[in-house]
Amino acid sequence: MNKYVGFGRIILTIALAMCLRIAPWPGALAVFNPDWVLLTLIYWSLAVPERVGIFHAWTFGLLTDVLTGRLLGQYALAYSMVIYICLKLHKRLRQFPLIQQGLFIFFCLLLSQLLLFLIKNIQHPAQLHASFWLPVFTGTASWPLVYTVLRFVRLSGRIK
Amino acid sequence: MDSLRTTLSFFVDPLKYLVDVPTVLVEQAADSVSSYRTLKKENERLREEQLIHQTRLLKFAALEKENIRLRALLENSFKLGEQVLVAELLSVNLAPYENIVVVNKGTRFGVHPQQPVLDANGVVGQVFRALPFTSEIMLITDPNHAIPVQVNRNGLLTIAVGSGQLNRLVLPFLPGNADIHPGDLLITSGLGGTFPQGYPVAVVDEFTSEPDKAFATITATPKALLDRNRELMIVWSNSTQVPLISKPTENDPETRTHVDE
Repeated sequence: MNKYVGFGRIILTIALAMCLRIAPWPGALAVFNPDWVLLTLIYWSLAVPERVGIFHAWTFGLLTDVLTGRLLGQYALAYSMVIYICLKLHKRLRQFPLIQQGLFIFFCLLLSQLLLFLIKNIQHPAQLHASFWLPVFTGTASWPLVYTVLRFVRLSGRIK
Repeated sequence: MDSLRTTLSFFVDPLKYLVDVPTVLVEQAADSVSSYRTLKKENERLREEQLIHQTRLLKFAALEKENIRLRALLENSFKLGEQVLVAELLSVNLAPYENIVVVNKGTRFGVHPQQPVLDANGVVGQVFRALPFTSEIMLITDPNHAIPVQVNRNGLLTIAVGSGQLNRLVLPFLPGNADIHPGDLLITSGLGGTFPQGYPVAVVDEFTSEPDKAFATITATPKALLDRNRELMIVWSNSTQVPLISKPTENDPETRTHVDE
């Protein structure tokens, strides 16, 4: 019955994450910008798996593709793969301490980045700088922040 | 596929404008607190600059006329002047590895892919993708971008390839004995048809030829202020054949039937 409670809040957090995704970081720091959209989607899929699932991941992935001017569908694919794994494991993951959760997030982000790398390679053999993998580490580091903020949003909005 | 992208861009393009808001606010705040003296000084400087440019333009009209006559003798085509649209940069960063910037004019203003983009100092890049409200512009320094250029001093043709760094272009296709020196101005050659001919692109700053390599290593610095300018000009250029013998038009023989908008 409370299926649609807080739906706006979820969309709003994802839109905010998209803004952060294209925010102009000064100069050389741009390579550190983590994938905020994916982190937000992971949080919601772990917290309310019956509300945010693969469909949302795919849709917002597609929007991220358009937003960042990529090949249509590459983020859609990466996000839905990661969210699928999150949905499968969400019950176990909720029991984990934050450190272990962080490790899982690390592998999620790595998987997404790996898929993007493969897609890029299929388009044209790419010479990528090692800093391509930096967002995985900064993303893992910012997980506690994302978790705390979104948990606050979820509890204050009574999203279940 | 492009129509899908266009449709979806209606949802996400507002975000680009939203992200740009803080920068605009800061700029406006800086403007509103700048003192009377600074404004006056800037005003004076601009007036001086304008005077200089005006004087140069006086000569330019005559030169253009002459150029057209000479080209008519050579049975050549001449560019008929360009139409420009001023677009403003949105301060967003789409992907850290590509030199792609976003401006606030899109297909709503008739912008289309492959249009050249200039600023006051030189060539900036070309329109890479045009969406209804924004368009993405690939800078000349993008690793995937190459621009046909010629050395202004002697007309030597070559291609300048982006290096990924905002202050550097690479000229990989010149032999070790090429007639090119540090300080040479590179202008667009007009070959390839994307960029109109004769706009400054870059200044050569290093030339090293190694005896054991087929090609020299040449780097150049772009003339345009790629990372500092907020205003860019998107260009529509049209070139048509000039008649072999220039014939006066019916209504107005000796006037500008050919130029500018």
